[in-house]
Amino acid sequence: MKLDKFWIACIAILILGFVFTKNADNEFYFFTTYVILQGLVMAVAWNILGGFTGYVNFGAAGFFAVGVYTSVALNKAFGLPLPVILAVAGIIGGLLGLGAGYLTLRLKGVYFAIATLATALVIETIVNNWKYVGGAAGTYVLQPKQSFIFDNYIELLFMLMLVLSVAAVAISRYLSSSRVGKGLAAIRDDEVAAECMGVPTLRLKLISTTAMGVLMSIAGAPFPFFVTFVDPVSAFALLIAVNAIAMPMIGGTAYWYGPVIGALILGVVQETATVTISSELNLLIVGVLLVLFITMAPQGIVGVYHDWRKKRDAK
Amino acid sequence: MFTFDLLINAVAAGLMLGGFYAAVAIGLSITFGQLDIVNIAHPTFVILGSFVAFVINESFGIDPVLIGVVFMPIFYFLGMGLYQIYYVSFEKTGQESLSGLAFFFGLMFILEVLMILAFGVDYRLVSAAYIGETLHIGPLDLPLRMLIPAVAATLMTIAVVLYMSKTFMGKAIMAVSQDRLALQLMGADPIRVKRIALGIAIATAALAGALLIIIQPVEPSVGRLYIGRIFAIVVLGGMGSISGTFFAAILIGVVESFIATFYGPSWAPAVGFGILLLTLAIRPQGLFGRA
Repeated sequence: MKLDKFWIACIAILILGFVFTKNADNEFYFFTTYVILQGLVMAVAWNILGGFTGYVNFGAAGFFAVGVYTSVALNKAFGLPLPVILAVAGIIGGLLGLGAGYLTLRLKGVYFAIATLATALVIETIVNNWKYVGGAAGTYVLQPKQSFIFDNYIELLFMLMLVLSVAAVAISRYLSSSRVGKGLAAIRDDEVAAECMGVPTLRLKLISTTAMGVLMSIAGAPFPFFVTFVDPVSAFALLIAVNAIAMPMIGGTAYWYGPVIGALILGVVQETATVTISSELNLLIVGVLLVLFITMAPQGIVGVYHDWRKKRDAK
Repeated sequence: MFTFDLLINAVAAGLMLGGFYAAVAIGLSITFGQLDIVNIAHPTFVILGSFVAFVINESFGIDPVLIGVVFMPIFYFLGMGLYQIYYVSFEKTGQESLSGLAFFFGLMFILEVLMILAFGVDYRLVSAAYIGETLHIGPLDLPLRMLIPAVAATLMTIAVVLYMSKTFMGKAIMAVSQDRLALQLMGADPIRVKRIALGIAIATAALAGALLIIIQPVEPSVGRLYIGRIFAIVVLGGMGSISGTFFAAILIGVVESFIATFYGPSWAPAVGFGILLLTLAIRPQGLFGRA
């Protein structure tokens, strides 16, 4: 593979992240960036389905929580190491995504969106009744003592989330710029026409929903070790689902870098608002920004930028 | 555990619960079933109705059902305003499906957070003389806090059915999603028809909210549980058929009541969503819909 700008940037980000863990001592920075990066992975994953094919997933929190509770259950039952937990969470999330993909055979547009919402709430009810992982009351999870080559566990989690973010962006970029991406865009524009032209719509949709499921579930898997106390309210938080939709919508859903821009901007704004004002206001900001962007700039920041450049070139 | 008394009480509780569900689902049946507007924020408007009832009941001691009825016109204008925003932003530009969905999702979120900011996350109650009273007929126990909402909801359903079938505007609402052009030829402006329809839908939420807070204590995020439930009811009822919606609501109410009685209440929320998923997968046109 030719080493182009994108890969150089990825490697640079990872090296910078590693240097950061060796030089910063305030744990607060790692907590904050972890939350922003977690949002970024969720947003990029959501966009692989929502932005590229136009199928809206309202159940992002459900996929996330599948990862969270896979992690809780495996940790409690066998005390498996984190990489194994991540792999299993990815497989289970992928299977769930595959199931959602077959759902698209019968359910188009709005119905698919509602079905994902319903799935998330069914999973939540199951978890609420599953005593082994704490049920509705929640459960405590201990952070492992050893933290590999890092000074403490939060630095390890931060680095892990950074790697995941880069991987998610790379997958999303690959899917959008390859032949697969062209097929997905054809599905978004007109699924019936795409099918008639010989685009293997089902296979493409399955690729897209599975990739989304894997990424969302893996994004959730380290969460129990990050918060050390998990209950359904935090694992299925509405904010997770709303952010997964709002970040791509604000950044621009049509391009792979749209959700990245949206996640970074919204994430930083949210974290700043939570610290300086209040966490409720933080929720309000997301909602208002989402509605404003959908009504005024449906193509997101990237779309606004493209329009602005087109206008400038026309002059 | 299984006794005859338990069985008929479960049925009765289910019928009353279902009657109330109809009040919540009717508004969505109109917007989603007839206007193709996916208002997933509808349950949040219902919760808004609950809090209106709570505030006025607490300050003036007025009966919650009466408050619900009085606030219907105000919610009606709220709904008309909402349609205007929706029309200008989405329908006019032809992006209603996906952007519209995300718009209502965001709206739901904003309303919920505003209510949390105003009232906190505590459960709120209303007070009325009949809450806590129970009607005993043989082995049958009918708590009035369930019976009165069920009766009020049934009356509202009948009123909406009559309006839709007897008046010109009602028929126009039924027609607007089927044949826009024919409607225009009949001398009705589709935009106005839809505006009125969404107004009526949101107006029903005012009463439904007042009924909800009679049945149970309410906090701002309770509405989310109703999303799956009422979408299940509307789809099961055949999308937009008001009487179909009513019977589907009763059905879901009875099934939920059975699950709660014989398996435990913590499983009840999954019923609506489970039935919804099954319906969508097997018979998307609903039980009462035409194939």
